[in-house]
Amino acid sequence: MAQLTHSTSPAKLQGIALQLGSIALCFAFWQVAATQKLDLGLITFTNVPTPAAVLSAVWELIQSNALWPHLTSSLTRVFGGYVTAAFFGVSLGLAVGRSKHAEKILMPPLELIRPIPAVAWIPLAILMFPSSEASMIFITFTGALFPILLNTVHGVEAVDPRLIASARSLGASQGAILREVILPGALPNIFTGLSIGMGTSWFCLVTAEMISGQFGIGYYTWSSYVIQNYADIIVGMLLIGLLGMGSSWLIKRLGDLLTPWYRLGKS
Amino acid sequence: MTIYESAYAKIPAADINEEKLGRIDAQQISIHLGQGKAAFEAVQSVDFAIEPGEFVCILGPSGCGKSTLLGALAGHITPSHGSLTLDGEPIKNPSPERGMVFQHHTLFPWRSALDNVAFGLKMRGVNKIERRAQALEMLKLVGLEDSAKRWPSQLSGGMQQRVEIARVLINKPRLLLMDEPFGALDAQTRLKMQQLLLSIWSRIRTSVVFVTHDIDEALFLADRILVMSPRPGKIIEDLRVDFPRPRNTELVTTPEFMRLKRHCLELLNHEEGRQLPRLSPLGLPPDAAQSFAV
Repeated sequence: MAQLTHSTSPAKLQGIALQLGSIALCFAFWQVAATQKLDLGLITFTNVPTPAAVLSAVWELIQSNALWPHLTSSLTRVFGGYVTAAFFGVSLGLAVGRSKHAEKILMPPLELIRPIPAVAWIPLAILMFPSSEASMIFITFTGALFPILLNTVHGVEAVDPRLIASARSLGASQGAILREVILPGALPNIFTGLSIGMGTSWFCLVTAEMISGQFGIGYYTWSSYVIQNYADIIVGMLLIGLLGMGSSWLIKRLGDLLTPWYRLGKS
Repeated sequence: MTIYESAYAKIPAADINEEKLGRIDAQQISIHLGQGKAAFEAVQSVDFAIEPGEFVCILGPSGCGKSTLLGALAGHITPSHGSLTLDGEPIKNPSPERGMVFQHHTLFPWRSALDNVAFGLKMRGVNKIERRAQALEMLKLVGLEDSAKRWPSQLSGGMQQRVEIARVLINKPRLLLMDEPFGALDAQTRLKMQQLLLSIWSRIRTSVVFVTHDIDEALFLADRILVMSPRPGKIIEDLRVDFPRPRNTELVTTPEFMRLKRHCLELLNHEEGRQLPRLSPLGLPPDAAQSFAV
């Protein structure tokens, strides 16, 4: 593939070096600030654990065999909430984007719910869902739903009406227009939403796993805070960051693979 | 002989279009666009008939309603008054029988040139192997069989329009509607496309309604020119163009061509200085769609 041959080019290597260098610089600053117990008045690093302390906490977590159950429970919850959000976000988005009636009926309540932060949902989620697992999945779902929904709506509305007119002239039924024109036309935007939604779904994980009794990266982070285990908090934060970044990247790659014409048209 | 002729020579005309019909009757057509105070009459009491297999150009200045009239023939716009029929059947909705080519291509960016051309057959439930074979024949007709696998964005403007024409013709339309299809092309490509269109049409005798504001183009292509005046759009002249066919580019320098051109110029110039915005065969553009960006 074209990208693979490109990845060996000097310019690309330089770009990767720059990105890695930037992350290394952040770690270096952190190390210096934490060991020197840097106090800037407004912000202080006095109680911040050093990267070395965090690294040893990572090592402990790996050795304790607790990492795997934490990872699998979090992945299951995020995946469950995300897939549900993708299904509802895309199908509601298609309906709202296509029909003024659907927009009038569906958008007011959705817009009302949208600004409510995940943490505010906790009590209601516990009341509404009999299992705590379901309530946690629901909270990651609320995080992913809106970026997916709104980007889908935007994508559908941005489809060139001339393409729809042409499809009708070529004998396409309403269903065929949805399948052959609207959906592929909105697909690049849908994938933007899916990629952002993946990130926001992880974003809500700590909140969701406040409900959890024992497992999950979010639970691990939250409980480390409760028992004042500062190095472990940072381990949890970094894990969520890494997993969120990685899964968003996967969705973006999947989008690129499924919309090969899109990048071509832009270049 | 053009470079395209060898490509379509193999295809018998009967295979491309068995039906010889394509008669249009328009009686007292008026079309209103816009709503409320902004409403206006884009086309006013227009009468005309087009014989099967006839090549008719609608000539007029920008915004005169010629594209609106074309949109009504395609079924995208409903006239407010009058009757519009194709072979006696009223025109109500868009149909593959009335193929439409826009000024800027409307190829699906997510389908290859070949699959764009095959789209109409897919809609009729033709299987993949069969429809791709037919689509390839159509691409040969427009001289693009080598570009079958390319995305539309990888084609030049002229090639995109050729694919667009092939995509419409695969449905064997009784009527081919063209809205300034070569208007966005450079002069050289434009001439080539006009010749290509005439040579295709000489094999596929479908009726053609071709909208343009270019007098040379109308005179070069048409059997008949309907000249329209701007707002409200009316047909002010029904001009026969009897140049023998096949026509070539030398035609445009003949005295008779010049005479007709001067005549058309006079017809179009009587309301100079009033520039109207271009109308589209899909009616007025909808209000800017509300965006829901996050």
